Amino acid sequence: MAEVITIDRVSKTFKMTKDKPKSAKERVIRAGRIKWEEFRALDDVSFSVEQGETLAMLGHNGSGKSTLLKCVAGTLRPTKGSITHRGRLAALLELGAGFHPDLTGRENVFLNGSILGFSKSQVEGIFDDIVDFAELDEFIDLQVKHYSSGMYARLGFAVAINVDPDILLVDEVLSVGDEAFQRKCIDRIRRMQREGRTILVVSHATDTVRQIADRAVVLDHGKMIADAAPGEAIRTFREALAARGVEVPLHAEETDHSPPTIADPVTGEMPIIIGPGALVDDPGATVAIRHVIPEYPDEDVHHLLPGQPLKLRIGYTATGMITDVAFAIEIFDEDGTRLMGTTTDVLEQYIHAVKGEGEVTFVFDSMPLLDGTFPLTVAIHSHDGGTIYDEREFEDSFAVMNPGRTRGIVNFPVKVEHLFHF
Amino acid sequence: MTTATHHELETTFEREIGPATEISKRPNPVKRLLNVWAYRELLGNLVRKELKVKYKNSVLGFVWTLLNPTLYLVVFSLVFQEVLQVKVPYYAIFFLSGLLVWNFFSTALGAGTGSITGNAQLVQKVWFPREILPLAAIGAAMVHFALQALVLIAALGIFQRAPSAEYAIALPFAFIVLIILASALAIALSAINVYLRDTEHLLELALLAWFWLSAVVYPYRQVAERLGPGREWMASLNPVIPIILTFQRVLYNPEYSSFGWYTNGGREGSRFDATNAIPNQDIPAGIYHPLSWYLSRLSIVGLVAFGILLGALWLFGRLEDDMAEEI
Repeated sequence: MAEVITIDRVSKTFKMTKDKPKSAKERVIRAGRIKWEEFRALDDVSFSVEQGETLAMLGHNGSGKSTLLKCVAGTLRPTKGSITHRGRLAALLELGAGFHPDLTGRENVFLNGSILGFSKSQVEGIFDDIVDFAELDEFIDLQVKHYSSGMYARLGFAVAINVDPDILLVDEVLSVGDEAFQRKCIDRIRRMQREGRTILVVSHATDTVRQIADRAVVLDHGKMIADAAPGEAIRTFREALAARGVEVPLHAEETDHSPPTIADPVTGEMPIIIGPGALVDDPGATVAIRHVIPEYPDEDVHHLLPGQPLKLRIGYTATGMITDVAFAIEIFDEDGTRLMGTTTDVLEQYIHAVKGEGEVTFVFDSMPLLDGTFPLTVAIHSHDGGTIYDEREFEDSFAVMNPGRTRGIVNFPVKVEHLFHF
Repeated sequence: MTTATHHELETTFEREIGPATEISKRPNPVKRLLNVWAYRELLGNLVRKELKVKYKNSVLGFVWTLLNPTLYLVVFSLVFQEVLQVKVPYYAIFFLSGLLVWNFFSTALGAGTGSITGNAQLVQKVWFPREILPLAAIGAAMVHFALQALVLIAALGIFQRAPSAEYAIALPFAFIVLIILASALAIALSAINVYLRDTEHLLELALLAWFWLSAVVYPYRQVAERLGPGREWMASLNPVIPIILTFQRVLYNPEYSSFGWYTNGGREGSRFDATNAIPNQDIPAGIYHPLSWYLSRLSIVGLVAFGILLGALWLFGRLEDDMAEEI
């Protein structure tokens, strides 16, 4: 497979100053008193993307990922290094393509087409597809300044995918528009992947990355810190984020995460700790999620009824002894709203150590849910969240079936009272 | 949940891929010109866009373009003919032939300077040879030029005057030189304006001074006489003057008289002759110069303008690096 995008030792430096002089007048008045500082947005980044590959760039805000994408698109020029690409390139930087607010959607499509090297008749050939995909039939002759941000993004996306690009650059736009349109975009991206097109996406939506990328690079303060399979890159990304959180001196974590050493007041059970020396961490040991199994009360049906109990079994495999460990689960609804998120630490049900294979089970005595499929995110991390050993996002779920006619998600316990005087 | 490897399971098509472009490389001025040529269709579209946007929100539309020279004509005729008593026969035609050039020059520069900042949406989002934006402003100014020429043609018709056939050849040449000069300055100013936003305002002031130094409202003869024969070349330091003079020569097509103390090789081939100096005479607008005089001056201005154009493209290339971020 041929390299379609080659990024070779790219650095980008911006000259920054606190109060930038924006006019010749200011420059003259404040001559010599302006303190310029250099800001390295990108620091010696090299990687390449092969034909047909989908690469995601992950990074926190200000990590340089958008700057790099702009350099690949050609709107910014790197200070050092070179970027080479082959074939037609369509870019969706920030919010959609470059549209002129005073022109109508139709005029902008033609203008964009000619920017991407299309002749008028070629644009006419794809015009209907663009309008169809963007779902803008009634609005295509409206000035785009009257468009909503969703319409704007839709039209931008529709143009970019219909101009037959060899390379598609996408910056966060998949998060725009309604859910149905997002799904349509993902479907279209999949089709483009099958057609052997090269795609470079910038995102911090890790689930999107997991869903569509073949590979991911992680940028942190302008440096590339990972170039790996999506799962692994996402872990590096999260660790970098956590490390940044630690760097920032917020209020020092005062919660004591050390395992309890006194008897549980309710059960009177003594924590299973033999002695402080007994649990010794194996250096470099890590733990991975083996499985996540929702255990329903009725083994024959793969769902529960509202109010029934549920057990979520998380199987793990540890390569050695790890004492700094906690398990986390999050339950979402179908729209992605988090219904509940908790960890063994938050619940004060500490996991003292993991080693070899084992299973941690979250036991819900009653699930007050009505109907639907509820996606889960499961993670194993250190007490402070700084190290994420493993994580499964939205890969597992459980289902609830409501035989009654009450609508909604939550089954609030309710009774009816009626006072009357006939 | 669909699996991440979904698409890998299906057969991928082999796509042919295009030639490699090193997008991060700064093209040299010549390469930049070739890029502009390659994107000429976009240039056409941007000119149309420019005109559309300009007239979309105004009821009178293109009428405004015609109104401007007409209004100027009325005011300047009044002031110069009646109040200041500058005696120029067919002042309307004289004034319009110079104003045509000047209006093109000033609208091209004004619109060109704001062209990058005004199209921030495009500049931030897509790559294309950005100098197309100031060039599109020049293109739009050319359309205005054509419209304003209608006013002049009308004036020629009203006064029953014919342009000079003898000098006509110099007119397209002057126009090309004018376009090169305006392009060069517009390209440089558009890039500078991204970093120094008051360039537009400074330009307005500069253009105001430049207008009065460009022999549009008063005859060039007065300048030449003031400078004297040995220093007349100094007037051509203003590169717009030879262009304006050519337009005046061809379109205004003045009749000469050999009186006045400055005749500079008039029809009789006479040199400077102090006895000919008759002050307070009516001043005819023209000084006689042969065609070669116009062509040689235009050539010099043309060469200088081309040099400025290359320099402007070089500067533009350097300033382009951070344009999308600064805008």
